[in-house]
Amino acid sequence: MAQVEVKDNGGKKKKGQQKKMNIHVDFTPMVDMNMLLITFFMLCTTMTESRTMDLVMPSKDAVTEEQQSKLKASEAITILIGDNDKVFYYLGEPDYKDFNSLVETSLNPEDENSIRNLLLDRNEEVIGLVDEANKAYEEGQANVKAMHLSKADTEAKLAELMTVRDDAVSEAKKTKGAPMVVIKAKTTTENHDYVNGPGATYSSLVDVLDEMIVCSVGKYAVVDITDGDLFLIGNYLSKGELAASSDFGK
Amino acid sequence: MAKVKVKRKSTLIDMTAMSDVTVLLLTFFMLTSTFVQQEPVQTITPASVSEFEIPSQDVLKVLIEPNGKVFLGLDNFNDRAAALDEMLKVHSDVTLTEEQKNTFRLSEWFGVPVNQMPEFLSMRFEDQAGELKNYGVPCDSIDNQFKEWVDFATRCGSQRMKEDPAYDELENSQKRLKIIIKADKKTPYDVVKKVMDTLQELRQNRFSLITTLSEG
Repeated sequence: MAQVEVKDNGGKKKKGQQKKMNIHVDFTPMVDMNMLLITFFMLCTTMTESRTMDLVMPSKDAVTEEQQSKLKASEAITILIGDNDKVFYYLGEPDYKDFNSLVETSLNPEDENSIRNLLLDRNEEVIGLVDEANKAYEEGQANVKAMHLSKADTEAKLAELMTVRDDAVSEAKKTKGAPMVVIKAKTTTENHDYVNGPGATYSSLVDVLDEMIVCSVGKYAVVDITDGDLFLIGNYLSKGELAASSDFGK
Repeated sequence: MAKVKVKRKSTLIDMTAMSDVTVLLLTFFMLTSTFVQQEPVQTITPASVSEFEIPSQDVLKVLIEPNGKVFLGLDNFNDRAAALDEMLKVHSDVTLTEEQKNTFRLSEWFGVPVNQMPEFLSMRFEDQAGELKNYGVPCDSIDNQFKEWVDFATRCGSQRMKEDPAYDELENSQKRLKIIIKADKKTPYDVVKKVMDTLQELRQNRFSLITTLSEG
C-alpha cells in the first residue's frame, strides 16, 4: 500500500537507467504518535452530558395573609423525604392521630406504590393536555419537514411551533384542580423527640424533582420540614406508638 | 547435499491501515470531546431527565462536595476582581498585596476563608489548584462568608452588565448572574439546604442544579 511498486524487468539493466529505489514509508512511528494522542483525548474528555434543572424557590420575604394564595386541601400533596431516602406522602391535611394517613412510597417508577403512579393518577388531566401539545408539535414538525422549505424558513416555522407548544404546556399546567406538590426533605437529627437519623441526600431530592418534570406537575415547591412532619414520620415508623405516648396534635 | 533454501520473509508489517484507523479515532475524539473542567473536587452529579443546557457565560457556580465543603466559581475575570475588592472592604483586617490579588484573579475557582487568604495566595500558583480542596468557604450562620461572596459576586455581575452597551436589548434572565449548584449526589441535604437558604435570604430564588442526562 504505502509502497511504490517498481517494475522488475528481469534483472537486465539498460545502460543509463537510474537505479529505482523501493519506496516504502514506515508508518509505525505515525501510529505510535496517534495512539498517544488518542489516549490523551480519551483520558481528558467527559462523555457524560451535563444538563441543568431549573429550580425556583419560594421567596423568604414575609407575606401578609391577603397575599397568600390559598391552597385547597384536596389539591395538596406533601412528599416527605426521610432518613435513608425513604419517601412518604400524605394528601391534604395530615392526621396526626392516625399513622396510616402517611403512606410510604418509592422513587422506583416500576413499583406499585411509586410517586410516579400517584402523580400520573392525580395529574391525569394536565398530562393529557401536555401530551396533546407534544403530539401537535411533532405533527407540525413532520409537516414542516415535508414542505422542503429553505433552511431559514424551516427554522422559523419550527421555532413558531415550539412557542405554541410551550404556551400550551404552561397553560395546561395552570389547569384548575391540578395538584400542588410540596416537597420536604429531612435534615440530620440527633436526640430529637420524634425521629432521629442521617436525613435525606441530595440525590433523592433531585429524584423527587425529576418526578415533577416527568409527571408535568406545574406547581411544586421545596419547603423546610416542620416538627409536625417529623412527628408523622416517627408515628408511622413506630406504627402509632408515638401518637399514643405523645400529646402532639391533640 | 541439496541445500534447503529458507525463503526470507520480510518482517515489515504494513502500518498504513493501522494508521488510517488511528487517525479516524483521533478525529472522532477531537471533534466530540469536551474537556474535563478543572474543579477543586470531583463530584458525581445525580441523574435527571431535564434537558436544559448549562449556560456558558455569566455564571456563578457553587460546588458542594459530599463532606459539605463549598467552593465558588466565577467565570468572569472582572467580576472576580471586583468581588474580591468588596470582600476585602468588609474584612478590613485582611490585606493582600497586589501580587496576591493578581494570583486570585487568575483562577476561576476560589474557596479559601478570607483570613487564610494571604497565606494561600503566596503559595506557588501551580500548587494552589491542588491545595484548594482542603479549604472551603465557611457558610455557618456565625461566619457566613459564602453569603457575602454570593452577594458581592451577583452585585458586581449585574453592575458590569449594566455598563454593557447592549444592556437594554438583553432579556431579563440575561441581566444577572446565573447561579448554578453542582453537588455530589451523596451530599447530605443539610448542606444543600444551608446553601439554598442562604441564596433565598439574598433573594436569589431562581437557580439551576447540574445533573447528568439520563433516560427516564
